[in-house]
Amino acid sequence: MSFIDWLGSPVNWVFLVVGLAILFSSWRVVTAKNVVHAALYLVAALGGAAILFLMLSAEFVAWVVVLVYIGAVLVLFLFGIMITRAPTGKDVGLDTPHKTSPALLSVATFVLLSWASIQAFGTTQVESVGEPTSTEVLGIALLGRFVIPFEVVSFVLLAALIGGVTIARRDLTPAEEEERRAV
Amino acid sequence: MLLNQFLILAAAMFSLGIYGLLVRRNIVLILLSVELMLAAVNINLIAFESVLRSPEAIGQVFAIFVITVAAAEVGIGLAIVLMIFRNRKSANVDELDLMRW
Amino acid sequence: MISTVATEAEHAVEAGVTGGFWVDNAGIMLILPFVAFLLILAFGKRMKNHGAELAIGALAINSIWATVLFVMNMTSGVLGQTTFEIARIGSDLVFELGWVVDGLSIMMYFLVSVVGLIVFIYAVGYMHGDVRVDWFFAAFSLFAGSMLLLVGAPNLIQLIIGWEGVGLASYFLIGFYWEDMANVNAGNKAFMVNKVADVGLILGAIILGVAIGTFDFAEMDLAAAEHVESLSTVAVVGGALLFFGAMGKSAQFPLHIWLPDAMAGPTPVSALMHAATMVTAGVYLMGRVFPLFEYLAAEIRPWMVWIGAITLFAIGFLALVADDIKKVLAYSTVSQLGYMMTAVAAGGYTAGLFHLFTHAFFKALLFLGAGSVIHAVHSNNMSDMGGLRKHMPRTYWTFVVGTLALAGIIPLSGFWSKDEILVTLGFEGYTAVMVIAIAGAFVTAFYMTRAVALTFFGEYKGHGNPHESPAIMTVPLVALAIPSILFGLFNVPGWEIPGIGNFSEWLAVRVVPMGDHHPEAIDFVLAGSGLLAAVLGIVVGWAIWGRDRETQAERDRFDIPVLYPLLRNKYYIDDLADGITAGTMGPVARFINWVNDYVIDGIINGVALLTKGLGSFVYGVVDQRGVDGVIHGLGAGADGVGSALRRWQTGRIQQYAASVVAGALVLIVLFVFVI
Repeated sequence: MSFIDWLGSPVNWVFLVVGLAILFSSWRVVTAKNVVHAALYLVAALGGAAILFLMLSAEFVAWVVVLVYIGAVLVLFLFGIMITRAPTGKDVGLDTPHKTSPALLSVATFVLLSWASIQAFGTTQVESVGEPTSTEVLGIALLGRFVIPFEVVSFVLLAALIGGVTIARRDLTPAEEEERRAV
Repeated sequence: MLLNQFLILAAAMFSLGIYGLLVRRNIVLILLSVELMLAAVNINLIAFESVLRSPEAIGQVFAIFVITVAAAEVGIGLAIVLMIFRNRKSANVDELDLMRW
Repeated sequence: MISTVATEAEHAVEAGVTGGFWVDNAGIMLILPFVAFLLILAFGKRMKNHGAELAIGALAINSIWATVLFVMNMTSGVLGQTTFEIARIGSDLVFELGWVVDGLSIMMYFLVSVVGLIVFIYAVGYMHGDVRVDWFFAAFSLFAGSMLLLVGAPNLIQLIIGWEGVGLASYFLIGFYWEDMANVNAGNKAFMVNKVADVGLILGAIILGVAIGTFDFAEMDLAAAEHVESLSTVAVVGGALLFFGAMGKSAQFPLHIWLPDAMAGPTPVSALMHAATMVTAGVYLMGRVFPLFEYLAAEIRPWMVWIGAITLFAIGFLALVADDIKKVLAYSTVSQLGYMMTAVAAGGYTAGLFHLFTHAFFKALLFLGAGSVIHAVHSNNMSDMGGLRKHMPRTYWTFVVGTLALAGIIPLSGFWSKDEILVTLGFEGYTAVMVIAIAGAFVTAFYMTRAVALTFFGEYKGHGNPHESPAIMTVPLVALAIPSILFGLFNVPGWEIPGIGNFSEWLAVRVVPMGDHHPEAIDFVLAGSGLLAAVLGIVVGWAIWGRDRETQAERDRFDIPVLYPLLRNKYYIDDLADGITAGTMGPVARFINWVNDYVIDGIINGVALLTKGLGSFVYGVVDQRGVDGVIHGLGAGADGVGSALRRWQTGRIQQYAASVVAGALVLIVLFVFVI
């Protein structure tokens, strides 16, 4: 199947646009000189991923990505950036000076992974914009067959919550301790 | 749509994530790169699921688990960053070499 | 044995009450303490008695409920089980919560509720004016509730939940006075030792549950009774792991170390922990899965019997040197748990659990009595006590009742249950263990006499003016003294209380009815020797500690030269050897010494000469030239490689990450191209 044939399907146009946007955003995430910009580019990349999920009939996961990642996690990141007073303007010291071997490793990864997937799934087709997986199916799967992992993950979240609070908590100075006892 | 177009896009995203992981100095940016890699994994999972179409939507269930664990990871990660920053007045990894011989 | 089971089964099915209000709603007992726990946490601070009302109320309802069930089970066996499906693992492993009502669980409901209620009432007086009373009663309710959840469990999963709940609550309560670091450490120790054992329990539960496709006790028992193939292959491993778990909670020999330290908590906690809850959980578990050991895992039973025997004999001695009165009682508990475990392991389902039943009452009594004394003299040490007989008559008399019951004096309850254990051991062919158990009875009587003498006789050695505890503390003592005296009559060989049968019949009401050996008549020789050992213990104890009251404290240190340092060092094997050869066994020791010098030494010298010759060859040639060369070479090599590798340890996270990525890539290449 030639590239022209591939372009014959309009859904692939959408893919092309979204895919390029994702690639560009991802590129900017790892190269931007401004920390806040990097975080915002991550929003774009994840938004693109959410659109791909919609195309792949994973409606629920797409909205979860939007809500959890873009809504919550990224806000958390921005908080982190603000609190650690990471330089929010342009900063030349954000990257290590040695970039050759990381670049080589990353290119090697890409070549290896894409070569392997081309070999394995040469012309496998994906149903284009099929019937979306209903939330009901996911809910039944999560609370049926996957209930134990589901509970375990909920424990992980709880542990992360408590751990986050404990780790980030500042030890009180003696003076503050005194003050607290007085109240 | 081919399955491969998604897989290759995900591979590209993943590789960019690795690049970011290795070149960034600021810990927050490293965490961002990790998020990028996780998102690439999710694309893979969803793409495979839409080929396999398993009755219980296993691929999507796993994507949800990945997202949840990633959320926990970010929470803990940022707490640690905060802690490090408070103690070392810096959020750059190359200045954290206490474990060095 | 099989025929007994069959006839008993018919009997139980005929007689069984399988439903009714009290049985179908028995789960309320399991829930009430937890409700009390939450309510006390929420409102306890604002209540007049800091939430004690709620805790006592919950257990009072439970006590009534359990007593009704207990009486129902006396007249006609009660059998029922209610479960709710909570989750399904895969397609066939089901996780259920619920409650089981049968002879064993009714006995435990009764025990936990009634003893718990009495201890709770006592605690109101004991904890009066103490810190965090509301939290105390909340954790106490959690403790009792978890134990009820455990004993009411219809399957291993719920049992584990209750088991962990008991462990958690005991952790809270042992470390209750957390201002003192020692108490916190004691709590940690108890928690960790129990956790080690819990690994065994959980692994055992998984192995057994997966093997037969259910965690349900009833189905497990039936499978065991029918020798189902899938169960019999894993029964030994699973049974041994469950037993390991039981060893932790029930403080059997190597894992008993946490129990004496667990005295750090308030005395009512110790009373409840040592009597009705916590430590009984292990014995209860053994009783619950008894068919597994009865029919399938018989190979490991002798091991279990001997672990119990070591526990009952060796640990009892340690009570002889403890100065802390609660430690004396704690070692005594360990020793009594050894009796129970030995009995159950030997096949005495009734014997072990009957001893658990009677022991719960008199051990709670003893602890509460000790608490009353501690409350009066403000010290745990018997060297600060003495002469309290006159100051605290009610505590004294009830404590003596508890002591006699524990020592096994006829006709108190301890006598009958201990006798049943001795009979079982003899019947099952463990004669040596039976002799040890009789000797253990001597030791028990011995150290309890010491405790009584040092506490209540002689001159008062503490400070201030001790006086009797208030009624809210002495009435519970009396309330426990009565069952300590009478409840032995539930299971007298060859006799039964008219119309209601005896304890072994009540306990046999199970899905797989228990058909163990119940003696038809009293074995007078055996009962007599047990009684004789106990009386002897009291007499010897009295001879040492009872007379000559002025010098009692010094006598406690110096009168037993061999035993004292040995026990004080908690079985230093060196001390043991020294003690025996030094004095007590003159002629025997000399004979052994002669054999040692002339016979064994001759053999040894010959062997030694040969060995020496061989040794010098090996040393000179093989070792010095061959092995050492290799070793030195290896050492130098490791040193060189180490210095080289050290340079890689830059401490830079990203270099490490890069190595990980590179390694992963290599692996991918390997998988894709090579394999």
